Formats: sequence, structure tokens, C-alpha cells
Amino acid sequence: MKITVDMDKCIGAGLCVVAAPKVFAQNDDDGLVIVLDENPPADQHEAVREAARLCPALVIHLQDDND
Amino acid sequence: MTDAGIVIVGAGQAGYQLAGALRDAGHQGRLVLIGDEAELPYQRPPLSKAFLSGTIGAEALTFQQPAHFESKGIDLRIGTRAERLDRAGRKLILADGSHIGYDKLVLATGAANRALPGAEGIGGIHSIRTIADARAIRERLERSKNAVVIGGGFLGLEFAAVAREWGLAVSIIEAGPRLMGRAISQPMAEAFRAHHVALGSQLFLQAKVRRLIAEAGEISAVELDDGILLPADLVVVGIGVEPHVALARDAGLDCDNGIVVDGRLATSDPAIFALGDCAVFPSRFALQPSRLESIQNAMDQARHLAAVLTGKPASYDAVPWFWSDQGGAKLQIAGLAQGTDREVLRGDGAEMKFSVFCYRGDRLVAVESVNRPADHMAARRLLTAGLSPTPEQAADPGFDLKSLFVAAQPAA
Repeated sequence: MKITVDMDKCIGAGLCVVAAPKVFAQNDDDGLVIVLDENPPADQHEAVREAARLCPALVIHLQDDND
Repeated sequence: MTDAGIVIVGAGQAGYQLAGALRDAGHQGRLVLIGDEAELPYQRPPLSKAFLSGTIGAEALTFQQPAHFESKGIDLRIGTRAERLDRAGRKLILADGSHIGYDKLVLATGAANRALPGAEGIGGIHSIRTIADARAIRERLERSKNAVVIGGGFLGLEFAAVAREWGLAVSIIEAGPRLMGRAISQPMAEAFRAHHVALGSQLFLQAKVRRLIAEAGEISAVELDDGILLPADLVVVGIGVEPHVALARDAGLDCDNGIVVDGRLATSDPAIFALGDCAVFPSRFALQPSRLESIQNAMDQARHLAAVLTGKPASYDAVPWFWSDQGGAKLQIAGLAQGTDREVLRGDGAEMKFSVFCYRGDRLVAVESVNRPADHMAARRLLTAGLSPTPEQAADPGFDLKSLFVAAQPAA
């Protein structure tokens, strides 16, 4: 799994951090998303998918390899 | 608590989030989530943005598949309409005549877009609330040339920006003297007026619709009060919403432009709660009890109510924030600009990269930011902490707003 984010559209809602705290964080200054691990391990994939689904601005994009 | 458990009416953002939050907070009893739309619960904000742009499909909006609800023990019933409340019997009566008992009932019934008078029976006049609405508009966008937007609020303006991307000629009709009038300050409204003109839309402020003109049952033009005739093959209406209160009102619960709740989100019946777009709640950020239509409000109230319903009562106290995305301009608002008497600009207005700090007396009550997310994040923290920079500090982009809340923290 490869994560990319569209920073221009991020609104700092922080839902991704709640869903997958090991993979996402928020920048302390502007609240925008920080991807801690662009290629998260398999045990994080479900949490990352939830983060992508919950994001109200739909800025988290996932590329699945055959996991 | 008996086996009747918690029943949530409304499977929009607030109801969906509440169901999950209740399980996360340890609610182990029965949990029923009822939605009147035929779709699995989905998120609405992208409907007027990415979904209309064509960059995503409907499947990207669905929160979870049925297996997820099953695994969490959430009895999800979509395509199900709640008809009536029997408070004495603690029963919810459904449209098919069956009923569901409850210990605690939560109304997350949301709101409906206000309809445009005279639009009934004319094809090509749409509003945006559901996936079905957005699908119908997207299909129209592909074959339309002239869009008319009635109502210059968030929804209408987000649509206008997308319609320009699709290459349609766009006219925006707003009854008030400025765009987004109820929600934002004059300087920000002016910047967005100029932005939409630059995107190629034609704006008509202080304008009213006199007549909708149809040909063979399809919209063909919109006539304004001053006689201007705007050709139209797609009309999108965004003139505000009406909260869904019928269920509550018919059951005798207090309603006043929404379902009235206290700080715990309880209605006038202690077994019944309300949250999200349909609930009027007290807030230290508002001059009077208010009803807010936003993702922030839905998700923060869901978390709050989950705590209340699992035995951790507190008063709801989250700072309201909003956002809108209009053709590359990201508008973020923290707080509520009610009764403000001073506005201070920070940043570069010409570059669409600035904030407006709105004061009531000496007190900062709202900050609107376009393409300045750091101001927005600082504003959320300042408002939560009840801190106000002086207008001079707010106007100085060199002044570090964070220094205020760092200074306010007690020494370790």
C-alpha cells in the first residue's frame, strides 16, 4: 500500500489521526496532515482505509499492491 | 438498561459517527441505526465538490460495507422511514407499521434543502443533499451549457466553481448584498465575489427570481425581478435548509428552528437526544442557542453524545469550524461571527491568502481564512482557550499567534 495526500485540499479535520494514529499526524502549526509512513505495514491497512473513507475533504489516496 | 437499547434515527454523518463512537465508548447493548435513504451511510461534503468534478465515484463516499456494521453489532436499517414516536411506550413506529422499542432514542434527522417556489414539475432544477441529487446534476453537467445558481451560499458557490470547470456559462443569483452573507464577513465575501468573477461566473447580487421559464417541461430560462433573462438548462438551488423536526414536534418535544437540546444534547424528554443539523444547542461561542450545519458539529457532537450515553455526562463545548472549497480557494472558518463590530485583516488580500479576525468588543469570536491554514489552526486553539490577540497583533503577520497560547499555559 502506498499513501499520497493532496495537501492543497486538506482542512485539518484530524479524523485520519483518530482512525490511524500510527500512520497519520497533524502538523502542529497548520493542522495539515503528515504521513508518518507512506508504505504502512499490513496490520495498519484497515485503519488507513478507514482514515481515507472518513476524510471529509477526500485528500488521502491509496494505491493498493496485492496485499 | 433493558434490551431495547439505543435507537438512532438518521444515518447521515452524525448518526453514523455516533453509532461507531458508542461502540468505541463501550456501549454493549442493542444499537439500531435507521436511515431513510436506500444507500449505505455516506459522506455528503464531497457531493458538491469532488463528486461533481467527476474525480471520484459514489463508492468512494460510502463509509463502510454491511459486514462492518455486523461486526460492530450495529443493526443498520437503510431505506427505513420513522413515522411516529410513542414516548409513553418508548417506541418508534416505522412507515411499514412495525415498531422498535428503545431505552434511549437519538434524533439525527438532519435537514432538507429549502425548495424554490414555482419549481415543481420543471425538469433541470436541482438541489444538492443526497447522492441521488448529485448523480442527477452530474449527468446534467455533461450535456448542459448554461447553469444558473440560485443562492450565493457555500453550496451554490461550490457548485458554480465546478460548473465552470465543466465549461458551462454560470450565473449566480443572490438576494442579499453579498455572497455567503449569513456566514462570513464583508471583506471575505468581497474576495470571494472577485474570485468567482475571475473564474468566469456572472454575479447578480440583490437580485430576485421573478419567473422560471420552461419549454416542454424543461427549464429554459430564469427571469430576474429587473427583467434580465438568463438562459438556463441547469438550475441549482441553494437557499438554505429546514431541519427535519416533524418526528420531534409531533411527539411534543420542544422545537424552535430545530430540536431544542441542552448541553448534554438531551431534548425536553430525558430519554431522547438530538444532534447534528437538526439540533438547536446552547454554546459559549454563540449569542443564543444555535443550529449548525457542519461536519465538525456532526462529528464532535457524536463523540460527545457517545460519552453522555455511556455514563460520562458533560456539557458540549467544541469550537465550531467550517470549510468550503471553491475553485482552488480553501475557505476555513473558526468560531461564529455573531454581533461582531470590528474586522482585522491579516495577510495578502490580493493573493487570496489572508484571514479576517472578527471581534465583538475586545473579544475575538471568529476567524475566516482563505489559503492560510496556520491562521485557522491557531484560531481554533485561541477560541477554545478563550484567548484574544489584540487587533494590532492579529493584523501583524509577523506576530506569532501561537505565542499567546504558549504564554497562557501554566508553568510546569
